[in-house]
Amino acid sequence: MNQWLILAVNSIALGGLLFLLSAGFSLIFGLMRIPNLMHGSFFMLGAYFGVSILANGYNFWLAALLSGAAMAVIGALVERFLLRRLAGQELAQVLLTLGLSFVVADACLMVWTGDPVQPPTPAHLAGALRVAGLFFPLYRVAVIVIAVVVAVALWLMVDWTRLGAMIRAGVDDAPIARVVGIRVSQLFTLIFALGAGIAAFGGVIGAPILSVYPGLDGEMLPLALIVVILGGTGSLLGALVGSFVIGLIYNFGQAMLPDLAYVILFLPMVLVLVLRPQGLFGKVVP
Amino acid sequence: MKTLALERAGIILGIMLLATLPFWVGNAYYINVASQILLFAVLALALNILVGYGGLVSLGHAGLFAIAGYTAALMLENGYGHLAADLSALAMVLVAAAVFGVLALRTTGIGFLMITLALGQIVWGVAYRWQSLTHGDNGVNVSSRPEPFGISLAGPESFYFATLIVFLVAIAAMALFVRSPFGASLRGTRDQARRMNALGYNVWLIRFVAFLVSGFWTGVAGLLFIYYNGFISPQVAALQTSAEALLMVISGGTATLLGPIAGAAIVVIMKNVVSAYVERWNMALGIIFVLIITFMPEGLVPGSVRLAKLGWQAWRKTGATGRAARETAS
Repeated sequence: MNQWLILAVNSIALGGLLFLLSAGFSLIFGLMRIPNLMHGSFFMLGAYFGVSILANGYNFWLAALLSGAAMAVIGALVERFLLRRLAGQELAQVLLTLGLSFVVADACLMVWTGDPVQPPTPAHLAGALRVAGLFFPLYRVAVIVIAVVVAVALWLMVDWTRLGAMIRAGVDDAPIARVVGIRVSQLFTLIFALGAGIAAFGGVIGAPILSVYPGLDGEMLPLALIVVILGGTGSLLGALVGSFVIGLIYNFGQAMLPDLAYVILFLPMVLVLVLRPQGLFGKVVP
Repeated sequence: MKTLALERAGIILGIMLLATLPFWVGNAYYINVASQILLFAVLALALNILVGYGGLVSLGHAGLFAIAGYTAALMLENGYGHLAADLSALAMVLVAAAVFGVLALRTTGIGFLMITLALGQIVWGVAYRWQSLTHGDNGVNVSSRPEPFGISLAGPESFYFATLIVFLVAIAAMALFVRSPFGASLRGTRDQARRMNALGYNVWLIRFVAFLVSGFWTGVAGLLFIYYNGFISPQVAALQTSAEALLMVISGGTATLLGPIAGAAIVVIMKNVVSAYVERWNMALGIIFVLIITFMPEGLVPGSVRLAKLGWQAWRKTGATGRAARETAS
């Protein structure tokens, strides 16, 4: 019983990490129609940045924030100087991000070598939380809390601020949004930077759980992809629900059918594609 | 009429060059590189049916390539003959292509690309994680090559000729396919899907059949690959293989028959050359991708021609202004 509960907590924590990864992916895809194939690279590179900052003796949370900020800058540069040139050419944008993801993966291998790194959990979160006679690993609970806080913050921003209204306008109809004076191209840069930053932040937060190793990007990208196909593109709620569903399926699959865990992971995506191609919370795009 | 004759002469010359290649190349290493080019050209041609003629960009073809390879390799390992293993592999890849097609063709464009990518990743996941079936990261060995009509294909020359024959059959089949009414209707669905629908064509079915044809030839390339390498591992099913195949198609120029072949030659030669000097093939691959897309979106061959023209014009212009400046000075 206790074991299943722990597994459930771990699943939800993984779901939280997946949300940090896929929230940006979903927004970028929803607003800009770019399936950003280097999103996994943002996650991995961010995690490596965090590891290096930690190695210099900085605080864990500071490392996560700094890494997120650095990746936001990199994301903005990529959008502004490479993707912008290819506006409207979806295929070229996909291939460009794919090419960049190979470059990032190889650069990481060169700089941080092939050995996995697992930074220790921050000391003040190393213990376990005791609730009703059950012990929960404190750090996982913290990850869940962080993911929920980020989700609420993003939701507030998108649904309740002027910026959010502009983003929604851009998602619904970019040309008309331009006509009424919204600078959609600036929004693009902002969203791309934000998505990259959150992914990198998630990478650092996830490092004590997942550890950081070459190939992490290639493992995270398909997860972001299925979360977004499952939840529906451009929908934060969809990304949140999709993340938790995938987190649960991944961990329980791993525990019960280790050989097939990876296949089971994709089943909900296949089902959604067949029954509801726009995703659980997606709108039908004409 | 004249261009047709020229084209025929070119084709005959090309075939003669390829057929005599082992005699003037001599070195076994280069013959093997040539075999690699031909087998990857089959893969690139297969992918080009979808990318070039159908306008459907698939990033899941490594999955199909690996399914054929793994099916044959595992059956050979379990004591079946080459004929049974190869036929089962082709049947298997057709079934897989049908499943891929049904799921991915629910959308087109970016959605298609994302779904094929995810499906390709499933194949990779099975190859990597389902250890009791696929031996995971250790891969599967293929200990022997087939002996059609009692001819051994163990040596590099004989294997090259076998690959060449398959390659020629593949390109002839593609040429027929592209020029057939079906090929024309496929191009129609690429350019004007809605009009084709209004004209009474079943757009979905045309795309689905194209996917099956593409999948079949991808499977053939997968079989050639395992016989060439004598080994298959999950790396073959990785996204990187799909990306390389796509790079072959777009670097040579899509929707042409010769483009993917040129692209396969470029990528295979670069891979062999770069890997000989540095370990950073992935980074080179990524940088080439970025450069091609940024500067030559139409493909390497037409792109180089365009850039050369531009450079020539700029050179002539500066030369002309230089002369004009000298003239006014004097």
